[in-house]
Amino acid sequence: MNSNSTLLQRHTPQVRANHWFVVIAFTLVALSGLAFFHPAFYFLSNLFGGGPWARILHPFAGVVLFLAFLLLVARQWRHNRITAADRQWQQQMMAIMMNRGHDLPEIGRYNIGQKYLFRTLLVMIPLLFLTGIVIWQPYFAPEFPIGVVRLAVMTHAIVAFIAMISIIVHIYAAYWTKGAIRGMIRGTVTAAWAKHHYPGWYKEMTKGRE
Amino acid sequence: MKEQSLNIERRSATTTPSPGVRHTVEVAKLIDISKCIGCKACQAACMEWNDIRDKIGTCEGTYANPADLSAGSWTVMRYAEVETKDGRLEWLMRKDGCMHCADPGCLKSCPAPGAIVQHSNGIVNFQQENCTGCGYCITGCPFNIPRLSPDDHKAYKCTLCSDRIATGMEPACAKACPTGAIMFGSKKAMLHHAEGRITDLKERGYRQAGLYNPAGVGGTHVMYVLPHADTPELYSGLAKDPQLSTLVLFWKGIAKPLMGYSLGLAVLTGIFHYVTVGPNEADEDETEE
Repeated sequence: MNSNSTLLQRHTPQVRANHWFVVIAFTLVALSGLAFFHPAFYFLSNLFGGGPWARILHPFAGVVLFLAFLLLVARQWRHNRITAADRQWQQQMMAIMMNRGHDLPEIGRYNIGQKYLFRTLLVMIPLLFLTGIVIWQPYFAPEFPIGVVRLAVMTHAIVAFIAMISIIVHIYAAYWTKGAIRGMIRGTVTAAWAKHHYPGWYKEMTKGRE
Repeated sequence: MKEQSLNIERRSATTTPSPGVRHTVEVAKLIDISKCIGCKACQAACMEWNDIRDKIGTCEGTYANPADLSAGSWTVMRYAEVETKDGRLEWLMRKDGCMHCADPGCLKSCPAPGAIVQHSNGIVNFQQENCTGCGYCITGCPFNIPRLSPDDHKAYKCTLCSDRIATGMEPACAKACPTGAIMFGSKKAMLHHAEGRITDLKERGYRQAGLYNPAGVGGTHVMYVLPHADTPELYSGLAKDPQLSTLVLFWKGIAKPLMGYSLGLAVLTGIFHYVTVGPNEADEDETEE
């Protein structure tokens, strides 16, 4: 029998390091990018040493984010297939969000919200990379026709917005789900936590132990 | 700063009113193409007054020298050999440079507070000390005017000699023009003067003569008298109906505030969800099934 306080490994050190590397890169890119998005956020450019430095660093940090994100995608790809249990779980999402979820389907390692986040970023980050290249001064932007640059600059802003909203939801969901952040920092979660949030994954992890 | 003697109407990336109690006369430069002989005295005067020297370029097959605007060439004479509708060959010249739009696409696109200002006399000026070098002004401009300097990564363009105008002088190009093709004065006076020129041109057979002061950008503070005003494209691709790009307008008009508020709202939603619904906790005492 497993005790409820038995620890299960949720994320390997490699995944954790990769994840937090992406977090750092995303934070740098998002804060410097916001500075150029709306004057209300322009003060954020001071974090980078002023407007010109924010402008210079933003695209380089973006490339780092893109590469680190691709690596994380490669590591996590197989955990993000959507199953029938996920679909059922999604139908009870409102109840879950109100802390009234019960008799939930036995979902695996991640819930469908996390899988949607994975998919959203899988589209948005490469799009940000591509549109970012098109508007990157002074290296690449002069090589593209002005119509393409205009389309890219608008797409970049909208896509960045979608990515930032997704990340805000992701951060909150992790904070709201007590024990989840530990799973990404220390790498372990309690058996009770796993059973409560990811019963399918819990079964898989404890199979053969009993 | 040289601009302190001029009143500011609008500042880039600024959401509060700009200092604007002093009302100044709206000025304009009127370039009468029919009087231009293509001598480039305006270019030389611009270089001289503004202390800019472009690199030596190469011949591109026209009299244009340099071939294009740059951070070191704020005005360039363009030459086009065109066949007009009545089958005649015409050598059309145009002094290219910033049009000083009443509704400037560069200023709307600029993300750096105060890097682009519009003075109440109509001049649109780049304040390079605030410029980040992002090139959004290039994206927003319907006339393809701003240029980033490869040396300091700041955007440059014609200032309409705001430093001269502030002290009651005319722009250097207007001062140097030997034929009086470049005139400078209040916008009202320039509009009036253009009318007379256009009547004159029409009498001389240029039936399509007209003023170039495009409404799509709210009018401009650099205007042309064009002998062929019906086809401004003939003058080295002068835009017939310049407009601010709808992409730029959407990006800077609706998207900017809407997305800003939405981000704030997303954070607030999280906070209030947490304090009302409470955290999602696994019961550590949950018994084994």
